[in-house]
Amino acid sequence: MAALLEVKNLSSSVEGKPILGGINLVVNKGEAHVIMGPNGSGKSTLALCVMGHPSHKIEEGEIFFENKKLNSLKPDERAKLGIFLGFQNPLALEGVSFFSLMQSARNAPDIFELRKNISEKFLKLGLADDFIMRGVNDGASGGERKKLELAQMQMLEPKLAIFDEIDTGLDVDALKKIGEEIADLKNKGTAVILITHYQRILNYVRPDKVHIMMAGRIVKSGGTDLAEKINESGYSYLKCPIENAQA
Amino acid sequence: MPKPELKNYKYKYGFFDKEKPVSTFQKGLSENVVRELSDIKNEDAWMRDFRLKSLRIFYEKKMPEWGADLSGIDFNDIIYFVRPAERQSVSWDEVPPYIKNTFERLGIPEAERKYLAGVSAQYDSEVVYNNIKCDWGKRGVIFCDTDTAYKKYPEIFKKYFGSVIPPADNKLSALNSAVWSGGSFVYVPAGVKVDVPLQAYFRINAKNMGQFERTLIIAEEGSSVHYIEGCTAPNYSTASLHAAVVEIIAKKSSSVRYTTVQNWSKNVYNLVTKRAFVEEEANVEWIDGNIGSGVTMKYPSVILRGPKARGSVLSLAYAGEGQHQDAGAKAIHLAPETSSRIISKSVAKDGGRTSYRGMVKIIKGAVNAKCKVVCDALLLDEKSRSDTYPTMDVKEPRSTIEHEAYVSKVGEDKIFYLGSRGIKESDALGLLVSGFLSDLTRELPMEYAAELNHLLRLEMEGSIG
Repeated sequence: MAALLEVKNLSSSVEGKPILGGINLVVNKGEAHVIMGPNGSGKSTLALCVMGHPSHKIEEGEIFFENKKLNSLKPDERAKLGIFLGFQNPLALEGVSFFSLMQSARNAPDIFELRKNISEKFLKLGLADDFIMRGVNDGASGGERKKLELAQMQMLEPKLAIFDEIDTGLDVDALKKIGEEIADLKNKGTAVILITHYQRILNYVRPDKVHIMMAGRIVKSGGTDLAEKINESGYSYLKCPIENAQA
Repeated sequence: MPKPELKNYKYKYGFFDKEKPVSTFQKGLSENVVRELSDIKNEDAWMRDFRLKSLRIFYEKKMPEWGADLSGIDFNDIIYFVRPAERQSVSWDEVPPYIKNTFERLGIPEAERKYLAGVSAQYDSEVVYNNIKCDWGKRGVIFCDTDTAYKKYPEIFKKYFGSVIPPADNKLSALNSAVWSGGSFVYVPAGVKVDVPLQAYFRINAKNMGQFERTLIIAEEGSSVHYIEGCTAPNYSTASLHAAVVEIIAKKSSSVRYTTVQNWSKNVYNLVTKRAFVEEEANVEWIDGNIGSGVTMKYPSVILRGPKARGSVLSLAYAGEGQHQDAGAKAIHLAPETSSRIISKSVAKDGGRTSYRGMVKIIKGAVNAKCKVVCDALLLDEKSRSDTYPTMDVKEPRSTIEHEAYVSKVGEDKIFYLGSRGIKESDALGLLVSGFLSDLTRELPMEYAAELNHLLRLEMEGSIG
């Protein structure tokens, strides 16, 4: 199977402070990966590095997407290759409507078609239609923001969708809705990386791989059972491996 | 703040065509120039004396020194009046392809392109109006250029001309009063509600030529009107001056909305005096967009003279390299229950400078007067600058005044967010700037809003690495 995303020995820093310390990760086409780990272990940083956040400096290593090296590409260039990042805390963009965002992102397609398309996605996700013309995420609740992230992803149809804690702060119904949409996405062949603290979203999305990050490294990879184990006993049982890793 | 660079500006939307003026005046100002101008226009003694008196006031008055740097203006280097021989001396074929291309990019309608290119309609100091729909004419609405109004409707004209902004108001209003030419005249009889916007364009089309248009809008009791004015300017390497005067008289229970978007080329000094008298229960709204010119000083004013009079000023400014937009508003509350709203939004980029300058005055006895001022500035880089100069003079304790001021910067995170959606940096900036201004641009007629957004996006291109 061809590697879609390949992260090789990636180390990063923010303002001189090291964060990631040698990440290796391969995500194949159509696979779903889950990344778990305690707060501050570098999960979001990994996502931001893949997307190309300017504050995150790559100190070492390489990121490839469909064999194309990403390191020096700008975020928009990476997005155009087919990478999407759904944010943990999506920013509000006052005055920039979902519609105009999509119009720019998709290089001004037929506006009537676009309007219809967005409307359909919103309906399916249970988002009110007036979010189309309102500033993106402006005045939206936590759950609505997560849905708006998902809707953007659906509009952009990436090859790889990374969701950073899309399951945080959701009520049961919203979680189900989002879980099902992501499962559907995977079934249609989109690769997914889910960064999460909770095993519950995995009731909807069956991951091909689960990775545990600690202190800027992937300390353990496995299948669904790994997520279940974390859910039951926390990260403490992994204390040993990380000490070994640092040794 | 350095003086605006006056030479070699690559003004994207600027253009000019060959002039064939009948009576191009020499540069400089004198009593003779004013007399000659008045003679050419066949004016009577009343107007000639008004002009001469204004000229003397102009000489006596000092330049305003409290605002933007005006030291680059040389009044002796300006031509005060030009009348072209042929109004339609340019054919569409002669319009340079890049100009047509700019129109294309801006999506300007065909008819308007021809106008903007000088192919049809108004030229230089005189304004040609598309015949206002007969319908409105029959109902007594007058919409013509101010010179015509002076000749055809002397009674109304003399009653109101200079009544809101007398020549002695300031040095530039005195100058305008001395050499004014063109502008729009709008008269709406009592009870008539004009439901189509009345539109006019001005543009500076001759080298070294000042533009001193004079606009007078009179809305009689219970009437309503929306006047729209827009302008683009050609590229010249010597300073041009635009010193207009706009007077609005809004009688009892009338409503007047005045919308303008100026996009003068960067060598233009845009110094305009705009003021409205707002009578009982009347409503005047100024919507003022300044994206061009090197230096702008413009503070549309509402003088709320009758009880429950309302006024609002929505001011939008963009300052790029070498530009200083010193814009704002004045609201003077002279009666009880009057209310005003001032919203100023400005964007500065590439070392541009925006200033909000505002004056709110509530006299004793203006019980329950209300005023709200919001100024919001967006800085796109470290080189750019924004200042706020609010003045409040409140003599009535039973009144309320709110003032909010914000300065913000476009955060890296927002650019990144949009980048992660495949939107390149310059487009992201354009989107964010349009978004920032959106609550003002949505007050503009749709084609203006669209054009403004396009212009802003073009401005965002290029300078970002």
